Amino acid sequence: MTTPQKQLTGAEALIKCLENYGVEYIWGLSGGAAIPIFDALVGSKIKLVLVRHEQGATHIADGYARVTGKPGVVLVTSGPGATNTITGIMTAHMDSVPMIVLTGQTISPMLGKDAFQEADIFGSTMPFVKHSYLVRNTNDIPRIIKEAFHIANTGRPGPVLVDLPKDITSGPFTGKTLDPAMDIPGYKVAGKGNLSDIKKMAKLFKNSKRPLLLIGHGAVIARAGDAIKKLAYKLQSPVTNTLLGKGEFPETDPLSLGMLGMHGTAYANLALTRCDLILSIGSRWDDRINGNPAKFCVGAKILHIDIDPAEIGKILKPDVHCIGDARLIVEELLKHVSPCDTKEWIAELNGYKKKHPLKFDTSKGLTAQYVLYELQNAIQGNAIVTTDVGQHQMWSAQFNLSKDGRKWLSSGGAGTMGYGFPAAIGAQFGAPKDLVIAVVGDGGFQMTFYELATVYNHKLPVKVLIIDNKYLGMVRQWQELFFDNRLSGVDLEGNPDFVKLADAYRIKGVHIDKVEHVAERLKEAIDFPGPVVIWAEVIKEDNVFPMVPAGKSAYEMIIEPPKAKLEKPTGST
Amino acid sequence: MTTKPKNLHTISFLVANKPGVLVRIAMVFARRGYNIDSLVVSASVNPQYSRMTITASGETITLEQIIKQSAKLIDVLHVEEHTGIDAVDREYALVKIKTTPSTKATILKLCKKFHTHIVDHTDHVLIVSQGGTTEELDQFEGLVKKYGILEMIRSGKLVMAKGKKIT
Repeated sequence: MTTPQKQLTGAEALIKCLENYGVEYIWGLSGGAAIPIFDALVGSKIKLVLVRHEQGATHIADGYARVTGKPGVVLVTSGPGATNTITGIMTAHMDSVPMIVLTGQTISPMLGKDAFQEADIFGSTMPFVKHSYLVRNTNDIPRIIKEAFHIANTGRPGPVLVDLPKDITSGPFTGKTLDPAMDIPGYKVAGKGNLSDIKKMAKLFKNSKRPLLLIGHGAVIARAGDAIKKLAYKLQSPVTNTLLGKGEFPETDPLSLGMLGMHGTAYANLALTRCDLILSIGSRWDDRINGNPAKFCVGAKILHIDIDPAEIGKILKPDVHCIGDARLIVEELLKHVSPCDTKEWIAELNGYKKKHPLKFDTSKGLTAQYVLYELQNAIQGNAIVTTDVGQHQMWSAQFNLSKDGRKWLSSGGAGTMGYGFPAAIGAQFGAPKDLVIAVVGDGGFQMTFYELATVYNHKLPVKVLIIDNKYLGMVRQWQELFFDNRLSGVDLEGNPDFVKLADAYRIKGVHIDKVEHVAERLKEAIDFPGPVVIWAEVIKEDNVFPMVPAGKSAYEMIIEPPKAKLEKPTGST
Repeated sequence: MTTKPKNLHTISFLVANKPGVLVRIAMVFARRGYNIDSLVVSASVNPQYSRMTITASGETITLEQIIKQSAKLIDVLHVEEHTGIDAVDREYALVKIKTTPSTKATILKLCKKFHTHIVDHTDHVLIVSQGGTTEELDQFEGLVKKYGILEMIRSGKLVMAKGKKIT
């Protein structure tokens, strides 16, 4: 950390602090109230990436953060510039992604006077941030930035917003240091967990014949994968994962059951109905997983590892819990467990795997599942895959067998359409040598496709695979299954020719509409050294199965397409 | 008199004395359908921090989440529910009562019985201040109500842990 030599402005002090914290990129969009900060970026070693919409900046920062484990930094102006970040902030908050959002603001004397482009972004983002600041004094900037980075990326990570009035950023910085002490006595981070809790967990494994490990995003954030592999092998316990826990334990491993939950594999959900112990490592028993908490893993011992004390007992009351870092706790737990006798249990689960494999039909035309099956064949879990939200997301989660938690990015908690493509851009910035593929729907892609300009400008070789069924497919599926096929607000009539759209941005386009072209054209796109938009036109009416209707438990899973009408689900969305 | 809310809880907070803290805490309650019935905020011994006492009504199981989610707020140093066994609580009220020549003597007798102070006295109107437990305040209110309470404001519960324990 350096001490300032010449008189700095607040904005210059801010940028120096960001440089000192190792910030490589800022994704942003300029505007009047943020001009002093953009000015201070001229000549900085931080690379400024001008996006086309502030929501794009937040999802790009999110993708970068998930891939690198470092906070993504966003810089926007006041008013609409700031409010356009809210969806991205909420997305990051729901999935515990570290992010710093810097917003310009009107000058301090005008605050609260409905000044031009004034929005109370400090107030309006409160429910979606881990913490936020409205800076009232230029000399506070270094402390606030230090606290912001500390808060964003320790404990359970999350977004931190710093609102910076223009007079504060353009005013003189007269502080003594750019590295002052933090002042956050109310902030505590859980560490390695309580040993007696860990021993209690180990004891419960001793009596278990049918254990199950559930891997959530917390395990990915803590990089607990290696410890979990050792634990699973020592216990000989099968492993399932949430949507966001994909890959931290390789889904290609014989002990893996893949994803559980609403559209999880049949065998993972059947395991829930049969296990006598389930240990969640960094999963919050979200409603996509438990369906109905009262009927979740009935009779099984519930064990819960989480860094956030508020997650303990929020949805399920565990028999034993341990609060702390997932990796440190699993490493300790490993020392106290002995192998379980799970031969029969694994044989039972292997039976389910044989009986209910993931499948697809190529006889009626090109299906999304087939395209994603061929994508899996082409990349074998070695690419970073991001998704949007909807049917393609669930099929992707089913067919893309992840081998690394940081190579699977999806908006899980928020379910934000428009996330996948900009997240892939952020992933590519964070991992420039990796193959990055955004699997998106025709609906979601049209919410953020304008970042094709960002891809072109920065020569990012991102591949975008559009699964185009000309519907908001997941909602159409619900309307078909639960609402007598009364389609309402789901027909995406008027979709563009996505190859021409790509061409307009000088980006290569590849069109797929026949089964026999899939493998070859995917390969052509993947082998191409630059960005490619792959437009896969698939059959319009197709449904994701297995399905556990919202509000139901795994016991009521629908594995095959139902022949009779289903009752309306009671659970949320 | 309004009916007393059911499932009333008393929660005390030690928080950073900064703008926005109250809103963050209020949001944690409101999002989970909890109504805040009374709220007291003031600087603590150390002016960097404030003390808050909130009484709120709602399901006990929800309260557990509210306390945990409040504790997570960066500006919250300590949060705890108080049951009444481990802590003392008091409340303060200002009551404006209508008097007539025929009721005045009775009202003054009641005021004396409840150890209130007369803080203002004009023709046909008394303003009295009363400190005590919530129950005492309720009782006094109930008794003078029939003579005509023109206005009333109550501070809400103030809580402090007994002995050396910090609230």
